[in-house]
Amino acid sequence: MSIPKTIGIETEYGIVHRGTEDPNPIAASSVLINAYLYEAGYRSEDGKDTVHWDFINETPGLDARGYVSTASMPPDVETHLVNAVLTNGARYYVDHAHPEISTPECADARSVVLYDRAAELIAQRSMVAANAILPPDQEIVLYKNNSDGKGNSYGFHENYLVDRTTPFGRIVTHCISHFVTRQIFTGAGKVGSETPGQSTDEVPYQLTQRADFFEEEVGLETTLKRPIINTRDEPHADARKYRRLHVIVGDANPSQISTFLKVGTTALVLALIEDDALSREFVFAAPVAALRQVSHDLTLAQPLELADGTTATALEIQWELHDQSRKYVEANGVENVGGVVALEVLDRWEAVLTGLEVDPMTLATQLDWIAKYRLIGGYRERHGLDWRDPRLKALDIQYHDMRPERSLATRVGLEQIVDDVEAARAMSEPPSNTRAFFRGKCLQLFSEAVVAANWDSLVFDVGTDALRRVPMMEPLRGTEAHVGNLFHECDSATELLRRLGS
Amino acid sequence: MAEREQVRKPTPVEREPAEQASPAASERSDEIKAELDDLLNEIDEVLESNAEDFVKSYIQKGGQ
Repeated sequence: MSIPKTIGIETEYGIVHRGTEDPNPIAASSVLINAYLYEAGYRSEDGKDTVHWDFINETPGLDARGYVSTASMPPDVETHLVNAVLTNGARYYVDHAHPEISTPECADARSVVLYDRAAELIAQRSMVAANAILPPDQEIVLYKNNSDGKGNSYGFHENYLVDRTTPFGRIVTHCISHFVTRQIFTGAGKVGSETPGQSTDEVPYQLTQRADFFEEEVGLETTLKRPIINTRDEPHADARKYRRLHVIVGDANPSQISTFLKVGTTALVLALIEDDALSREFVFAAPVAALRQVSHDLTLAQPLELADGTTATALEIQWELHDQSRKYVEANGVENVGGVVALEVLDRWEAVLTGLEVDPMTLATQLDWIAKYRLIGGYRERHGLDWRDPRLKALDIQYHDMRPERSLATRVGLEQIVDDVEAARAMSEPPSNTRAFFRGKCLQLFSEAVVAANWDSLVFDVGTDALRRVPMMEPLRGTEAHVGNLFHECDSATELLRRLGS
Repeated sequence: MAEREQVRKPTPVEREPAEQASPAASERSDEIKAELDDLLNEIDEVLESNAEDFVKSYIQKGGQ
């Protein structure tokens, strides 16, 4: 049975520290995040400190396939670096030499876009705050991309709550077909290829940043031998009822429409998988090769080989998934797929597939890979440049520059789904309709009593002998409708805990 | 397993309204071209001054 699709995304930003001989990205990320924490009032000179992330119960090595392969290395968790919880319910921390922001849990695709935009504004404010304390000839710059063009990738991850009883094999089959083919609207675009042995002459431009870095179909890794389906089995919720599908195969998108469709269509496809409503399986003969083939094919017309000897194009598979999703929503309603937002997802999905079929350039203000291609292609023609010219790669990187005055994604006039007034508020206000509301409000109102926080619990010190842990194992409890009144009625953490009965 | 032909291709009537050649669409297309020209005129002002050095020095540690 399908369950409501609680969603969160995590973005690792590229970071450059200019004006220093020996840049250290871990130190620069720490400076950046700490500057924000002081500037936004989470920390102060008089001893106020942030609420730290609580690593208890974190088990990233558990494998959804029910075993732990000795060849699989669980990711390292760097517990000593800055790792803060924000009042909007998000997490802001240093991960693998990058600053990373995880959005709070969101109940629909529009909310994900809002909190992703809030994260961008946090990143921008962090740069300004950090650069104000650095020597005048130094500067920290962030990039919302996923590759340095030299074979190094850093991630963008999606998380979806799914029903534990859904057979994992069914998730694998259908998600691979969606993840390989959704690239036609989720790709952030890239000049050249980072597939070993492949040159810019062979692949001058491709749809995605990340496709070159995937080597396996299914596995636990996230930093090497990356798999299309990641099997990390760490639900951050009641493990008897839920799974968290951890998706590592997407790009971070400056385009809000790409982000909206990336998570909105995936939430729909997952509901159909849970309810076993997908009548046709598209099993690729070679999924990893198909992932790259789709990313490298600007015509969107190449047939992908299926295991049964037939073929289908990425567009055909996406049309099939769209049509099945629309039928599913007509029959089952929108309750478990993000409410009325799901209808907007379906309409935008249809419009984008139509545009891709008719003329992708009609989507030049909607999808990243097309906006970037049009810009770089136009520049290339005007100056008669070869695809290997460094100016084109510079434009590629600068598309993702987070400084508003330098960002080419801002200049190309991408359509927005959420406005910046609402997003600025979301920098500090949690979503009202997930457990992030409880986390965020506790941090806003009683941060001095909160010792630590993580996705599924908060730990309080209210001066009694023992610390008090409040578990939050249900992602859709602790909402404003559920506990909003408590925050009006309690003027201390002690009172709050008494009323909660813990 | 169903044959490939059973993947329903959208019919042109449903999903490709013949707006492509309509005056409105070509106007929009001219607009987009004009916008691109304006953008390309500005771009040298924001492009990193030494593109080759910038691209070379853009090195990231791998992440997840």
